[in-house]
Amino acid sequence: MTPGTRLRIADKATVVFCWAAAMGTGMAVLTVMGFLLYRGAGVLGPELFFGQTHWWEALTGARPVFGGLWPALAGTLLLVALSCAMAVPVGIAGGIYLAEYATPRFQGVAGFAVDLMAGIPSIVMGLFGFSMIVVLRHTFAPQAKTCLLLAAVCIALLILPYLVRTTQNALSGLPDHLRLLGPSLGFSTWRNIRHVLLPSAGRGVLGGVILAMGRAAEDTAVILLTGVVAQAFLPRSLWDKFEALPFRIYYLAAEHRTAGELDQAFGTALVLLTLTGLLFCLAFAVQRTMEKRWKV
Amino acid sequence: MLSESWIRRALCAAATTCVAAAFCILLVLVYLVLPLFTPGGLGAVFSWQWLPFQGQFGILPMVTGSLLLSLGALTLATPLAVGVSCFVQVLAPRRVKGLCLAMIHYMTSIPTVIYGFVSIFLLVPLMREWFDRGTGFSLLTAMIALTLLILPTIVLVFHATLREVDLTARTTCASLGFSRPSYIRHVLLPLSRRGLLAAVILGFGRAVGDTLISLMLAGNAPMVPGSPLDSIRTLTAHIGLVVATDSQSTFYHSVFASGLILFLIMILINLALRGLGRSYTS
Repeated sequence: MTPGTRLRIADKATVVFCWAAAMGTGMAVLTVMGFLLYRGAGVLGPELFFGQTHWWEALTGARPVFGGLWPALAGTLLLVALSCAMAVPVGIAGGIYLAEYATPRFQGVAGFAVDLMAGIPSIVMGLFGFSMIVVLRHTFAPQAKTCLLLAAVCIALLILPYLVRTTQNALSGLPDHLRLLGPSLGFSTWRNIRHVLLPSAGRGVLGGVILAMGRAAEDTAVILLTGVVAQAFLPRSLWDKFEALPFRIYYLAAEHRTAGELDQAFGTALVLLTLTGLLFCLAFAVQRTMEKRWKV
Repeated sequence: MLSESWIRRALCAAATTCVAAAFCILLVLVYLVLPLFTPGGLGAVFSWQWLPFQGQFGILPMVTGSLLLSLGALTLATPLAVGVSCFVQVLAPRRVKGLCLAMIHYMTSIPTVIYGFVSIFLLVPLMREWFDRGTGFSLLTAMIALTLLILPTIVLVFHATLREVDLTARTTCASLGFSRPSYIRHVLLPLSRRGLLAAVILGFGRAVGDTLISLMLAGNAPMVPGSPLDSIRTLTAHIGLVVATDSQSTFYHSVFASGLILFLIMILINLALRGLGRSYTS
């Protein structure tokens, strides 16, 4: 074999390998989604969400829903709303501080802590929440049990580092001429942030928030240890146990008794996939307009 | 109107909260593991037998399971990710490139539980038929599903490095007469080794930390596997199983030890990434 042919063969192999890797990945993702659509699309309908209960009575909580995923959907939405209410203000404020005020030294330390937190496995975060309850029980609240509020706190801790990072990156990614605009007009640091930098980076920050919502909606390991149960109906207070979409899928996958329940699981998986997919597309659209604006 | 210095303080408090939270979690875990540090306690947890009803709480099989599963998934995912990244950066036609990148980004938003769920009904029966051994819930099954989960992490980080290298090297190499595939092999990949290493370390972190896939697919038998078709239990799944099902407090020490091990692995990973140079999470 001449070196020339060997080179040609190696080149061919490289091309084939790269194409195969990309196509294979695409096929795998399409298979996952196609399979869910194929099995789940048939059960989509009011009965999937509300079982035999009338939708209005279900929505208002007048009657409990048996065999529908409305309580799980409501639990997930509540969880996302609660955890975001806690994490978003802190995360964005922390990100602004890191990008605009912090000394390089503090940036280094905080950066390490934030990266570390981003890497904490969600089950460890759940374990942290669970041990909080154990500690509380042994000290001044013997009644303490795992609940919606605890799960929301743990999820808030889980998404906090993403919020800090995306805010920080969005701000420090702004072009220099924009950064100098405020000071040149005599703005103080905060006024510059408030009136020039934040409005410009806003879409990047917003995109990060939406992605964090998706993360809060999909996580299963945290809530597994902090208060999710298979049958809870709508939570009446923050101290109640609750249902959630990802846990419902996990539970039904292992514990389904009838073919109908399995169909329910496929429907639930399709609903969750649609929910996270929508959030993803929204974040993508938002961030893309920001990139286009500042690219030139 | 709030004064400038108050706003500054509030923002600083928020940033400090994030830092404090990370250390708080570490402290709580260490505090809960402390009772273990007696001569008998440590030996009981760091042993090879998990027979809780006979008083043996060894978690070493779970440590092995976690490492085997993550490293296995990495060996599948890394070449795949290299192929995808090179395809996207160099070989793909423009339209396909955009489509491919969008798909990889989209993959990051697919919930873990979905991968686990679909695998139970697609992959597990296949494994059972192909290998005709066991139930299909095995190390190999979880490895394949986990590969899909960590693939986008590795591709996105590695591709960012490739793009930088490509910007500076492409024109030179084109003028030297490199064909595009040999450019990939001889220039692009060697120049982006550090980026690949960082990507692989991050992927390892995701793989070790994942709970749902191993919980749903690996079979959860607390033993050291003899073959890829054997069932395993990971540290993460162990935490989930013990806390969710048992309530006897003697088990808990092994759970907190597992949590602490996972946390320490994350610290090591972060230190390694620091050593490589820049912040890769975002």
